[in-house]
Formats: sequence, C-alpha cells, structure tokens
Amino acid sequence: MSERRLAAAASFPPEGERAPHAASVAPEERTGPSGRMRPRRASKWIALGFIAPLLAFLALVYVMPFLGVAEWSVTLPKPGVGQYERLASDPLVLSVFVRTFRICAIVTATSVAAAYAIAYVWVRGTRLQRRLTELCILIPFLISILTRAFGWLALLSNRGLVNSWLQASGLIDSPLQLTYNEFSVILGMTHALTPFAAFPLASAMRSVDERVLLAARGLGASRLRVFWSVFLPMTASGVIGAALIVFVFTLGFFVTPAILGGGRSIMAAELVYLRMFQSPDWGLGAAVSVALVLIVALLMAALFRLARPALLRGAR
Amino acid sequence: MIQRPGPIALGFAVLVAAFLLAPLLAVVPISFTPARFLTMPTGALSLIHYRELIDNPDWGQSVLLSLRIGLVSSVTATALALAFALGVWMFQPPFAALLVGFVMLPMIVPPVVSAMVLYFFLTSLSQVSETVGYDTWLGVTLAHVVMIVPCAVVLILVALAQVDRRIDLAAQGLGATPLQRVFMVILPNIRFGVLTAALMAFILSWEEIGVTLFVTSVNAITLPRMMWMGVHDNIDPAIAAISVVLIAVTTVALLGRMIFQREEHA
Repeated sequence: MSERRLAAAASFPPEGERAPHAASVAPEERTGPSGRMRPRRASKWIALGFIAPLLAFLALVYVMPFLGVAEWSVTLPKPGVGQYERLASDPLVLSVFVRTFRICAIVTATSVAAAYAIAYVWVRGTRLQRRLTELCILIPFLISILTRAFGWLALLSNRGLVNSWLQASGLIDSPLQLTYNEFSVILGMTHALTPFAAFPLASAMRSVDERVLLAARGLGASRLRVFWSVFLPMTASGVIGAALIVFVFTLGFFVTPAILGGGRSIMAAELVYLRMFQSPDWGLGAAVSVALVLIVALLMAALFRLARPALLRGAR
Repeated sequence: MIQRPGPIALGFAVLVAAFLLAPLLAVVPISFTPARFLTMPTGALSLIHYRELIDNPDWGQSVLLSLRIGLVSSVTATALALAFALGVWMFQPPFAALLVGFVMLPMIVPPVVSAMVLYFFLTSLSQVSETVGYDTWLGVTLAHVVMIVPCAVVLILVALAQVDRRIDLAAQGLGATPLQRVFMVILPNIRFGVLTAALMAFILSWEEIGVTLFVTSVNAITLPRMMWMGVHDNIDPAIAAISVVLIAVTTVALLGRMIFQREEHA
C-alpha cells in the first residue's frame, strides 16, 4: 500500500505543518552524479522503513475504523441517509449544534483574550514576572481537566465556596445557581483552553522585532498607541492561530461540558457520548461524528487559505 | 532594551492568573473537610478523604494501571514518532508536509470522534482476541498511542529543526550508513527533545479521559476513569484529596525544573 495514497486520504492540506524540513534540500540526495543511482534507490527503501510503521499503524487503527464509523452513520438503524436528514431537520439536534457554535465562539474569544493578557507578561515581563506567569500557565496546563472541572464545582456549586461566602456575608439569602448551566460550561472551557492559546500567542510575541517598537516610541507614540497600532497588528497571525486551535478543540470537547453542564446544556460532542452509552442511537452518534470532522476540515481549509499570506511571510 | 509591561498589562495578567489558579486552590480546603459529601470547611479538619485513597484499593490499582498504560504507550508512541520524524528529516520524501499532516490527524480531529473511532476499532478487535480488545489494558494502551503520537511527532520535529544539517551531510560524506547517522550523529543532538516528547506523551496518556471513557467499562479503570465516576456520578470529596496530591506533584516538578534550569544557565 502506498503511503502517498494514504496521505491523500487526509481530508485537509496541512499547510501549517510546512515544517522546517521542507526548507532545505540535501544536495547529495537529489543531484548526485549518475554513479550514485544505486544508493539512492536503496535509500528509498530505508526511508520507507523509517516512515512506514507509523503510517501503517495509523491507517489500521485510525483511518480504517473511521470508515467503519462513517458506515454506521448510513446503515444504522437502516440503510440510507436518514441520520443526516435528522441532522438538518430534527429541532433537538439543530439546537445542540447552534448551542455548540455559540459556546465555541464565546470560549474562543474569552480564552484568546485571557491568553493574550498573560502571554504578554510571560514574554515581556521581568525575570520574576516571566517565571511566575509561566507557572500560572503550565500548572493548569498539566493538571487533568477532571481536576479542573471539579475545582469549578467546588467553587460554584450550591454549597460551594462562592455561594457560602456570599451567604455568610449576607449578600444573598439562597444560593445562586452557578453550575449546570451555560455560564459554568463557558467558564470551565475557557479555563481548559487558555493555556493552549497562550503558546502560539507567546511565540508570535517573541518574534516581534523590538526595534520597531522603539522606533514607534521614538516617533512620539504613547505606550498604548504602540501596543494598539504596532504590537497588536504584528501579533495578529498568532491571534488567528490561537483562535483556530481553541475553536477546533472546543468543538470536540465533551468532558468539561458533561461535568459542568450537568446534562442541561448539551454540546455536539456530548451528544455523541450520550447517544453511544446512555440512550443508544449509534447511527445518530456516528452521523454527528462525521459532521464534526467535516466542519473541522472546512474550518482548517478556510482558515489556512486566509492565513496563508501571513504564514508565507512569516516563513521568510 | 525591552519595554517592560506597564500597570494596565500587569493588572490584566494578574486577573487571568487568578482565574487560572482559582479552581486549583479551591479543592484544597474541600479535601480537608470531614463530611462524606461536598461541603464547605467549617473549621473542623480531617484527613478522612486522604485515608480513603489508601484504604480503598481501587485507587491504588487505578494509579498502577495508569502508570503501566502511560509507560507502555509513551514508549511505543515515542519510538514510532521518532522513526517517522527521522525518516522525514533525513530522506525528505515527496509530500513530506502531507505525511506530517496525516499523522497529526488524531490531534486535529475532535477528540469525541477519535473516541468513537477507537471504540469501533477495539470492539471489532474484541471479536478476534480477548486480550487486546475493548475494556482491556492493552486496548487502552493502543488507543492512547494513537492519541499521543501526534504530540511526540511535533516535539521531535521541533528538536530536529534545530540540528545543523551540515554535520549530518559531513557524516554522509564520510561514508556513514543511515543507521550510523541516526545513532552516532542525529540522536545525540536531539536526545533532550526525544526525552521531552516521551515525558509529554506519558503525561497525556496519564490524564487521558475522553477516549478512555469510550473504550473501558468495568475492567480497565484508569485513574482519570476512576475520578470521572467520582465527579460525574456524584460529587465525592475523595476527588479533592487525589486532586490535591496531583496538583502538589505537578507544582513540585515544575518548580524543580525551574531551579534546575536556573543552575544550568548560571
């Protein structure tokens, strides 16, 4: 089986992965004198020996089963595209997708904004500030999302810290309903994804040329103006990258919404889980899965097309 | 001379830092309450939830299972990723970007879809073999390898990007075989990158829950799976105790790394 054909099965062009290896070309491999023909052919097989195991593993364990899931979506419970018609017409499923997009959009905005604020100090702060912010980003990043969702429950639930403090201080009589609604889902997901957004933002900020900022200052711009008219535009590609990462990740998240939403504000990914294990409807679960993959593929394709000029400029 | 962040920027960053740390700090007082359900600390301290972690053998078993799955899956994933990344870097095959994009799929595809796909794979495998299918530790390990391999590939490719190609060309010119180039020239230059990749892969497997939820039921209960039952089905304060332990370990490890790095630079 040729790995090129396998690669072609990948549903979107990974321009973003145009990794450093594409930049330089080993001259000996490509333009050796004709006497080197034999070693070149041998090296082809050696290369295959390096690259093929992972490709074969993923083809067997990941791509083929995906086709199986896609098959479920058109055969369960009966052959046909009935499940996809439900996706487009069933008001329950539609409302889940609308809610999913709304929550994803809000979470993308909040977590990119939060990440920008903390990444700014992480990159440009004093040594102590840099170390402290790094801890604040890495500790939550490395802690399981289960612990973090539990922490939000401990803070926000009816008998949680926030409600007990408010009641003890006499501000409220009965506990506020802060969990098991869209608010807690958005809060929890923003918390889960802020560290992910901080990494691309920080690397965009590190590549800003300090002399440009100094020049703007020298020409009389205020600090705010330098940030708004120079620094922010220069890190725009990082913002786009971070937003893309967060949006794609939120689409498929289901553990945090399942815990903090308490089954009340269901998102698309959680719908798949429920249709698999609680009220079985495998065909619908599979159809939602296929739809999610298509949405992500379209998003990636569209955003890479948009961001391509910026990426190419960045590469030079 | 870098213009350091002003008071406005610092103010925002402090707010975000507080937001990021708040839920982690909140579990600490809960873990010392004496009650069997989620309540606020009233002044009475108790270690009953920490005792529960020791007395109930399920916790210890799930930790051991998670360690075993984490070790086997991170070693396997790192080996596959290393071979792949080396192949791409050394031989620069046609459509390299497409190949890399292909192995990134499990990272880009929504986790719930990957979970569904791996559920399909492992239940099909169960019909062939009892030991590697659904709800077995080997089955979970296979699923974890798929989920953590993209991260290992990225980290190793990043490490390779910093290797000076000329030293590899020199080795080639002096007649080194591909394996000699790998073991005597390239690997010594990227060993920290490979270690980082293995460590990161282990952490990802250690706390993997989305896919694990789909491919286990009663036998292969990893630590996150155990915690899921305590968070989702009822709010069990023993989760606070195990969370405090995990947060403490992570914080100590990060601080240790920071101190170690400082000495290295000095």
